[in-house]
Amino acid sequence: MTAVFERPRLTEPVGERDHVLGPATAPVTLVEYGDYECPFCGAAHATLEQVRQVMGNDLRFVYRHFPLTQIHPHAYQAAEAAEAAAAQGRFWEMHDLLFENQDRLGLRDLIGYAGALDLDLERFVTDLRGHAYAGRLREDFLSGVRSGVNGTPTFFVNGVRHDGGYDVEALLEALRGEL
Amino acid sequence: MRTRWVRGRGFDSRRLHLWLSQAQRAGRLRHLQSAGSSSSRRERDTPEQTRTGIGQPFGGSDGASSGTLPELEMGEPTDERSDALPAGTPAPAFELRSTPDQSVRLGDFSSRRLIMAFYPADWSPVCTDQMALYNEILPEFQRLGAALVGISIDHAWCHVAFARSRNLHFPLLADFHPKGDVAQAYGVYDDEIGMSERALFVIDEEGVIRWSQVSPIGVNPGADGILAALESMPAAPVAA
Repeated sequence: MTAVFERPRLTEPVGERDHVLGPATAPVTLVEYGDYECPFCGAAHATLEQVRQVMGNDLRFVYRHFPLTQIHPHAYQAAEAAEAAAAQGRFWEMHDLLFENQDRLGLRDLIGYAGALDLDLERFVTDLRGHAYAGRLREDFLSGVRSGVNGTPTFFVNGVRHDGGYDVEALLEALRGEL
Repeated sequence: MRTRWVRGRGFDSRRLHLWLSQAQRAGRLRHLQSAGSSSSRRERDTPEQTRTGIGQPFGGSDGASSGTLPELEMGEPTDERSDALPAGTPAPAFELRSTPDQSVRLGDFSSRRLIMAFYPADWSPVCTDQMALYNEILPEFQRLGAALVGISIDHAWCHVAFARSRNLHFPLLADFHPKGDVAQAYGVYDDEIGMSERALFVIDEEGVIRWSQVSPIGVNPGADGILAALESMPAAPVAA
């Protein structure tokens, strides 16, 4: 019997441009391609908090954008908001707020989150209105497509697509398998 | 160039459901999984927790099917090959309904590249994810000079409802009558299940197939193969 197919690999290695949590020396890197309006990504967000706590310094987590704009009308602007916050050093705080408020991702909501994070609101709004991070979002999206991201969320464990579940148990099993 | 996937000899006419249930148990189909962070795989198999469609509930408000998937065992895999037309073959002509009163012909795309995505059925989980993905990538396909059509044996009225529900911006063609005629011509009709296989073709400006791929029916092939094929094709001659 011939193998059916090999699991796709990440075509864009983790680098300076990425949003990263955890030490660069961690033995396991988990990359997520996600969409802030996707309910499955929202569920995975809660899961990942637990996974990161259990794995500690053994895990480096990376988030990339894969907004599905035709079925999630707020996903793209939410991703822009995360990048606009990143420009002011607050990516992960905005990332958490977006996933914790998936049904409130309109422009006013986003500005409200920026205010709650004490961001420079004028700069934040200018970035959103000018689509300052469209290039980066497109890069993330296309790197996902080329890596075999077919929907959200999609995870890569040490560069190989994780085709199993993403409950705590399944993710921990996959991550610990790399230790 | 042609990519061939291994198909299963042990599949019977219930192959679609076999694949779905197997893939679901294996946790391979993200949108068939429970969104619950602590749920077990056993829980994920219950219909009320079944999901599909890139964040859309399977059997949700759009009127899709109930979401109940049979628990059946897979057959033995084997090396059975696809009969899909290979690269270098002239693309068979077709004329199919895209809506109840509009038709699309292969000739409509002359001097342009065309991506033909054959898929088993509107509304089914993997097909829905695949078409939604291509809908997002459409600008990139267009940048590479290609138009896209989806083709299944569903009726044009079914396509209209499916496309509307998923906000699709490319034509879905109805290979409905005679049923599967175009899929047959391209060598990707599965007579056992009465649907086309999950098959991709990239056709050049001259109407010649430049790349084809048949995937297992339960696996979303994504778009990487299409993009790689388009990028490897010589640039179209610029009209004087």
